[in-house]
Amino acid sequence: MALLKTIKEIGNYFYQIYDGVTSLLRGMKVTGSYFVRPRTIVTQQYPENRDTLKMFDNFKGELMLIHDENNQHSCNVCNTCARRCPNGSIEVIYKKVEGADGRSKKILDKYIYHLETCSFCGLCVPACDEFALKFDQDFEHAVFDRSKLTKVLNKPGSSSKALKE
Amino acid sequence: MYDFTSLIDSITGYLDSTFSPFWAGTISMVLLGVVILLFYAVLGLYLVYAERKICARMQNRMGPNRVGPMGLFQTIADLIKLLLKELILIRNADNFLFNIAPFIVIVASIMAIGAIPFAKGLQAVDLNIGVLYILAISSMGVIGILIAGWASNSKYSVIGAMRSGAQVISYELSVGLALLCIITYAGSMQFSEIIASQEDGWWLFKGHIPAVIAFVVYLIAGTAETNRGPFDLAEAESELTAGFHTEYSGIKFAFFFLAEYMNMFIIAAIATTMFLGGWLPFHLFQWQGFNRVMDFIPPVFWFFGKTAFVIYLMMWFKWTFPRLRIDQLLSLEWKYLLPINLMNLILIAFLTLMEWHF
Amino acid sequence: MEETLMDIDLKEKEEYIINMGPQHPSTHGVLRFETCLQGEKVKYIIPHCGYIHRGIEKMCEHLSYQQLIHLTDRMDYLSAHINNEAVALCVENAMQVEVSDRVKYIRTIFAELTRIASHQLWWSAFGMDLGALTTFFYGLRDREQILDIFEETTGSRLTQSFITPGGLMADIHPNFQKRIKEFIKYFRTKLPEYDQLLTGNIIFRERTKGIGIMDKETAVDYGVTGPSGRGSGFQCDIRKIAPYSAYPFVKFNEITETAGDTYARYLVRIKEMWESLNILEQLVDNIPAGQIMLELKAVKAPKGEYYQRVETARGELGVYIVSDGGPSPARIKFRTPNFSNLFVINKLAAGHKIADLVAISGSLDLVIPDIDR
Repeated sequence: MALLKTIKEIGNYFYQIYDGVTSLLRGMKVTGSYFVRPRTIVTQQYPENRDTLKMFDNFKGELMLIHDENNQHSCNVCNTCARRCPNGSIEVIYKKVEGADGRSKKILDKYIYHLETCSFCGLCVPACDEFALKFDQDFEHAVFDRSKLTKVLNKPGSSSKALKE
Repeated sequence: MYDFTSLIDSITGYLDSTFSPFWAGTISMVLLGVVILLFYAVLGLYLVYAERKICARMQNRMGPNRVGPMGLFQTIADLIKLLLKELILIRNADNFLFNIAPFIVIVASIMAIGAIPFAKGLQAVDLNIGVLYILAISSMGVIGILIAGWASNSKYSVIGAMRSGAQVISYELSVGLALLCIITYAGSMQFSEIIASQEDGWWLFKGHIPAVIAFVVYLIAGTAETNRGPFDLAEAESELTAGFHTEYSGIKFAFFFLAEYMNMFIIAAIATTMFLGGWLPFHLFQWQGFNRVMDFIPPVFWFFGKTAFVIYLMMWFKWTFPRLRIDQLLSLEWKYLLPINLMNLILIAFLTLMEWHF
Repeated sequence: MEETLMDIDLKEKEEYIINMGPQHPSTHGVLRFETCLQGEKVKYIIPHCGYIHRGIEKMCEHLSYQQLIHLTDRMDYLSAHINNEAVALCVENAMQVEVSDRVKYIRTIFAELTRIASHQLWWSAFGMDLGALTTFFYGLRDREQILDIFEETTGSRLTQSFITPGGLMADIHPNFQKRIKEFIKYFRTKLPEYDQLLTGNIIFRERTKGIGIMDKETAVDYGVTGPSGRGSGFQCDIRKIAPYSAYPFVKFNEITETAGDTYARYLVRIKEMWESLNILEQLVDNIPAGQIMLELKAVKAPKGEYYQRVETARGELGVYIVSDGGPSPARIKFRTPNFSNLFVINKLAAGHKIADLVAISGSLDLVIPDIDR
């Protein structure tokens, strides 16, 4: 019986070698098959493909006020978006002017957006009743100077459709 | 054709006739040194580039392709960066040993290049104990690694160096025994004789099954010798940050790095010479036409082509398999490779006596 | 009780202390392991967490319920959707409203996709820790497809803040179902490759079998849930114990293994990926029509204490809200799975070698921001 046990152990030894070598060869087949198929390369050549690179429509790149072709945006200075924002990345600065009927009313002076603290949670966009905000698809935000990350979203010379200016 | 002995003879003849024997010897040695160092440096750089491209292809991505056309100058840029780095001096480290360790590793590696036959006559020194010389020289590299680990005065380095030392010493046995199989077949340790004995067929084919087993064992032991592939526990990034060369920076690190790739080249070159026929072209049976076409390609291309194939195999191993743990490494050697090697050697000795090989 | 090993005398010789410090290529995040080693063997490990504590629970105390969703994304960022779902379900149960079936189905689809994506990243990192560097790229290449699905509907790849109390932030994109079906077909051809590359490999099996054995009592004592606990036979799948969202409508198996070693935990996660594909197949074609967002006057939990459990990719996440009726919670507490999973590592790794420590911590699948919040 001891002889039988030894024979079994020797057989086990050689079986282990065979099993190990075949498992290694199977793994090598997988990597080898990718080596000979260069069409499976998934790298995108980034700066060269900027012209054809298109992000998805819903991609949250950067907040923007929608301006139409007459340079008019729809913000009515209700401050809802600034109150919704969890970390204060939106500041709506208004100034009071004399209206046509003599009463003072608010108009938008500067719509400040802090890109450096925005967490892209998307609570501001559906909060606006006038549908004035949208996320742009621009993703190249790197700058050398931190003050450039504080952006003013209303374009110079623009007026508001909602406040009927 | 393509015999380099005449070229070498003419150069040595010219030197002997123009200068005194002392100067002729010195100038020829200096010339040889420059050629070998240039070859070593350039080949080392391009081996690194080749590894990055090959591993990238296996991982579904491109390798470096911006610096220079197809990224060919990438390693040169890396080398310049390493040269410009600050050489950090360690407090309480043994400075003499710390500085000398990379030199030991790289000198051992360069000395081994001297004995490899690249083509007929294109061999720096054709010793009659060629194989033994190379085995002895590659053992000297271990001393460099142990000294590097010790002199760095850091726990990580010492652990890495001890592991590496144990590993290299164990696998040298297997390398030696696997090469001994071919020496038994060929009957000599001199490289030119071994290649001459393969003129009617490479030992991998002539020696049928035992030679294939010896080849596989040699490949495994060879990758373990050079701390490469699935046996790179000594410098495993994810475990001990970089093992024995953690504390090195700049050109000293570049020496370790380069020496590792060139050791891989040396192992592959020895495999080519002993198992795959060195610089001999591939002859199929006695088909004269096919053989004449094969003869037309210069032997240097054959040598580098075969070495490149073996290097590709070693890179394939590295990028597919996980790492072995140190005790699994040692048990692989002492419980599996060594018994197989010994049985194989006895079998080959028997076959050679009975002349039962092709 | 902040004890360090420096206070303990190193009694036996050849003992020394190594820090696998906060910056280390193999601990996935900022976590410090203070290990006492003897030669190559580990004697004792003390993990020190807290390097990425950001005070999320405190910050939530002055944000409204809709605003605090975006913070829960960043706890266990690999199961972002499931974290959002936990808070949303807790608030909805507190307000005793029920969302429409459409919302339930979509939430569950997102949860299963997140689970697959998280396990893909785990597989990549685990292979890389053990030295098989190509697994990193294969896992991430396949994960890109899931991230594209997320990006198309929600706009972000990792921290989406999409599931809110009351429903979802927006409706799904028209391509959603088509992309998911393509992904299911594609991934079913890739999972066998994962097995060929790593699972069957003899080196991998030798590295993981018999390492870090955790028996069922230890798992229950330390509260190790998720795939790590199920690898020891502890049946702790919340999707089966207390089903939520659309889980009552699907048929799936709870995967457990009994061996309790690293290999068993590995197998549980691979099989979970197959099961998630089955769940997705059952759900994707049958999304009913319905309302995306409930018309709620104010999202406020009434006064009281509420608790909700969900199954993230790593274990059981519990959300405990104490509310005094105001717009923000008075106190919110997260019972995170990684916090409980971490501290069992001392018991598992004692007696093994350093190389095994890496394998064990990889198999427990720790995401450090979840430990520290």
